[in-house]
Amino acid sequence: MKKIINKISRRKLMKGVAAAGSVAAMPGFVRYSQAASSAPIKIGFQVHRTGIGAAYGRWYDRTTQAAVKVINDAGGINGRPVEVVAEDDGTDPKRGAEALEKFANQHNCDVGFGTLFSHVVIGSAPRAGELKLPYFVVSEGHHVASGMLNRYTLQPGITDVKSQVQAMAPFVKDNVGKKVTMIYPDFAFGHDHRDYFSAAFEAQGGEIIAKVPIPPTESSFSKYFPKIPRDTEVIYHVMVGPAVLTFVKELGEFYGSKSPKLFGFIDSLEAVDLSTPGLEFLDGSYFWEGNPRYAQANQSDHDKFYRAAVGVDANGASVSDPKDVSTYAHMFGCWETLHIIKKGMEESGYAGIGDRAKLIEAVENMSDMPLSQAHPQGAKIFNGKTHQTFGHQYITKMTNGKLVLAHTTSIEDTFYPDEVDYTKQSF
Amino acid sequence: MRKDLILHLGALAILLFLELFGVFSDYHQGNFARILVLAAYGIGYNVLFGYTGLLSLGHALFFSAGLYASGLSIYHLDYNVGQSLILAICFSAFFSLLIGYLALRTVGVSFMIVTLMFSQVGYLCILYFGGITRGDEGIVIQQSSRVFLSLDLSDPTIRYYSALIIFSLCLIFNLWIAKSSFGRVLIAIRENSDRALMLGYNVHLYKLLAVIISGTISGLAGACYGILFGYVGASFAAVPYSIFPLLWVLIGGAGTVLGPLVGAIFMFYLIDYASDITDAYMIIVGITLLIVTLYARRGLLGELRYRYFKWIP
Amino acid sequence: MDLGPYLLFASLEGLVHAAVLSLIALGLSLVFGVMRIVNVAHGEFFMLGAILAWWISSFALGNAALGFLLALLIAPLIAGVIAMFSDWLILKHLKYDPEATIIATIGILYIIQQAALMTFGPDARPVEQPFNIRLDLYWFGFSAYKFFVIFASIILLLSVWLVMAKTKFGLLLRATQLDSETAQAFGIPISTVYSLVFGAGAAIAAVGAVLIVPIQQAHYLMGGEPLLLAFIVVIIGGLGSLRGTVAAAVLIGMSDGIISVFFSPTLAKILATLLVVFVLLIRPNGLFGTAKA
Repeated sequence: MKKIINKISRRKLMKGVAAAGSVAAMPGFVRYSQAASSAPIKIGFQVHRTGIGAAYGRWYDRTTQAAVKVINDAGGINGRPVEVVAEDDGTDPKRGAEALEKFANQHNCDVGFGTLFSHVVIGSAPRAGELKLPYFVVSEGHHVASGMLNRYTLQPGITDVKSQVQAMAPFVKDNVGKKVTMIYPDFAFGHDHRDYFSAAFEAQGGEIIAKVPIPPTESSFSKYFPKIPRDTEVIYHVMVGPAVLTFVKELGEFYGSKSPKLFGFIDSLEAVDLSTPGLEFLDGSYFWEGNPRYAQANQSDHDKFYRAAVGVDANGASVSDPKDVSTYAHMFGCWETLHIIKKGMEESGYAGIGDRAKLIEAVENMSDMPLSQAHPQGAKIFNGKTHQTFGHQYITKMTNGKLVLAHTTSIEDTFYPDEVDYTKQSF
Repeated sequence: MRKDLILHLGALAILLFLELFGVFSDYHQGNFARILVLAAYGIGYNVLFGYTGLLSLGHALFFSAGLYASGLSIYHLDYNVGQSLILAICFSAFFSLLIGYLALRTVGVSFMIVTLMFSQVGYLCILYFGGITRGDEGIVIQQSSRVFLSLDLSDPTIRYYSALIIFSLCLIFNLWIAKSSFGRVLIAIRENSDRALMLGYNVHLYKLLAVIISGTISGLAGACYGILFGYVGASFAAVPYSIFPLLWVLIGGAGTVLGPLVGAIFMFYLIDYASDITDAYMIIVGITLLIVTLYARRGLLGELRYRYFKWIP
Repeated sequence: MDLGPYLLFASLEGLVHAAVLSLIALGLSLVFGVMRIVNVAHGEFFMLGAILAWWISSFALGNAALGFLLALLIAPLIAGVIAMFSDWLILKHLKYDPEATIIATIGILYIIQQAALMTFGPDARPVEQPFNIRLDLYWFGFSAYKFFVIFASIILLLSVWLVMAKTKFGLLLRATQLDSETAQAFGIPISTVYSLVFGAGAAIAAVGAVLIVPIQQAHYLMGGEPLLLAFIVVIIGGLGSLRGTVAAAVLIGMSDGIISVFFSPTLAKILATLLVVFVLLIRPNGLFGTAKA
């Protein structure tokens, strides 16, 4: 016996151990072997780190990290710490589905979360349903409530385009103008604006006199402005993508001081510094803001806390770089969604992956979500049947280079009839 | 003849047994189901590029032709899986005949650009007819529609075997072409198309047939992808999905039957492991591509063939 | 707006687009024509020019005109050097084999793009125009800077033509383009010429970027679409013809704007793309093509 052991030199033994260790460390072969009670709750964060959504992904990441820190500092979920496992989806639907597979099969995450761009959500949701992975999206798309997805996909932390746009119609007609020209990107997000706003505005008695679609990859917009009819009273604009600043600047160049009134969605200016030269002509125009970027006179303590935690100042920019403006109107969705996941896990007594269905049922049972540290954007009402939340929408006016709150809609203003009942579907 | 048959059937057998004996974890099983369908797309591309020497930059057009033919017929017309596959194959064949006939009026770089342009038009049409295709957001094919011969195709194991069957069919078909006289004419055209012409071959007809075969296989792969994974979207018709099969084929070995599979596996896991190491994984992918081109120019399998195993088809 | 002024406006906008496009395409045409390689990373050098412009102008401490001038001089230089470096490091060793070069330049594309993402970030950042004058042309307003862009690119195109037609270096380039083997036999240092051309191609594209970036913004993904358009322009114009490249750039730059006057944007793009196909089907060597593809 001794002779044999002597023959197996220590170096070879170490090599064997190293090899075994590296096999064990290879993804796909690991099993989490610690006791369940102290094992972290793993949240798979599907983030747009590269691709067209990367600018939003960066702020989604910061808000998520901030929310997780707050949750962990307060003791975690059911006494267990929260761990975020992030995977880049490249803002691509195929990669999004692959990321969910990694979450479910490789990292053994409890839930998936965090997607913004609609086409990635739609491309990934089927996989979430097959993997039976609860998928909490922060996307603003109407896809969840439209019924095209599945019972595993929920959007409890951010309102959807249909409800936002619908709630704007009364204010625009009463305060801005009755004849509207709409400018929107020529893809699904823009089409939603076109369709829902037209319907809501015409129901109010207003008139959409022109619709100007713009190709999503466009980098120069001036050539579309001549399509805006002369008798336009209000230009309704919502632009997304890297070229938004160009859009707004060229609009100013084209019209000078003779411009119609403007009503825009802050998407046209997300992450853009309002003091950029060329934006002066926006003064006096109105914006929809999901969450007002500038701290308002009636700022709640919860908003103060939230800004401090994420690292954003009263102007909505990073505290370490005033030129680094956040995507304030959307990123709150991550904070609120994480808090909802926490509440759902606590209310369902979530202990592990076998309880995923119970988690979803617990969230479906939620309804009123008052303004609180968990919901700094404002009170919400969650519709468990359609898996979509509804909340206040804010309209601000650009005044002396800042956006000042002009109107807050009621939550009821944003309701529309249910289009699906996911609770009737089986898991 | 025997050696390469053993090689290819052996490869298929390995893929079969890895699953049968449960060596694959859930994670890798899911990955390989995807890789196999995409490798079938790569095989389609390889027929045109690796064997016939025609570099198309617009193959996403054919992939998405099959994807949308089957996806839309299931979604709007309530076709079942079998009917939609047949429709997708017929449509892809006809469509590649049309595109091939037009595109083959050009050669070389112009051919590259024309194919690229056609695929751009395809992508834009998908967006333009958004009423039917739902544009960039795309269509979800519900699990209940993805059933074939009462087998639930969204079940991971059934999905894996389905992908393996599709891939095997394409692989064996490609192997048969490579060894046949038809395939040898294609290779001759790739090497020197003027000489092939002077030898009396109807080069134009052979090229057209290559486009049709290539386009149909790519369309079949597209249709299977939609059916197996449940999502039909415009992103599959965009330029990156024309570049991917080029990358898989070039890295695996252009003009080798197994090359696309090798390339697809390599690229998938390269990105997978690189993204675990760093957020900047595309740099690692870029560097790897540079290393492959500098030191394994004929592709991984191509180098093996060139240096050691001249019999690999 | 009435049709007349609308067409005028669309034409002016189209000229700006054509001006920048002709610079990008010129860079590609030189590389393509002389070296016979497809540089998939060409759009990334354009993007580098924009990002470098942003970075350099941030040193000018608020003086936009100075920042712009510095960027115009320095950014193309840096882009050119990076290009020459990648040629020396990689492309030379591939002996410019066409397929290997495609993969290698795809690799370079990924590296440059990701490096830009890591350093510059995912946001689109504006660069201030050197001067902010709005011309009121009765029916519409138009930025004086846009006129400057058109003017500057004409000057640059003329300069390149002068170099090609009247200097010894230009002669070497044309000789290499016509027949590289014979040129080599005559003692022309092909390797050096190739390096310089590759660098020059990137530099010219970067100039286009510096000109356009005060109008658009700098963004790490901005290289994709210009690459596509540049290729179309070069092929339509015809390999080996600088005149063709410029003509095609004007045609394509203007047609996009003018077609969109009459059709919805997506349909306009479909028609414009089919137009390109049509031209290539009828004249596979491009409109002015002299060399075989």
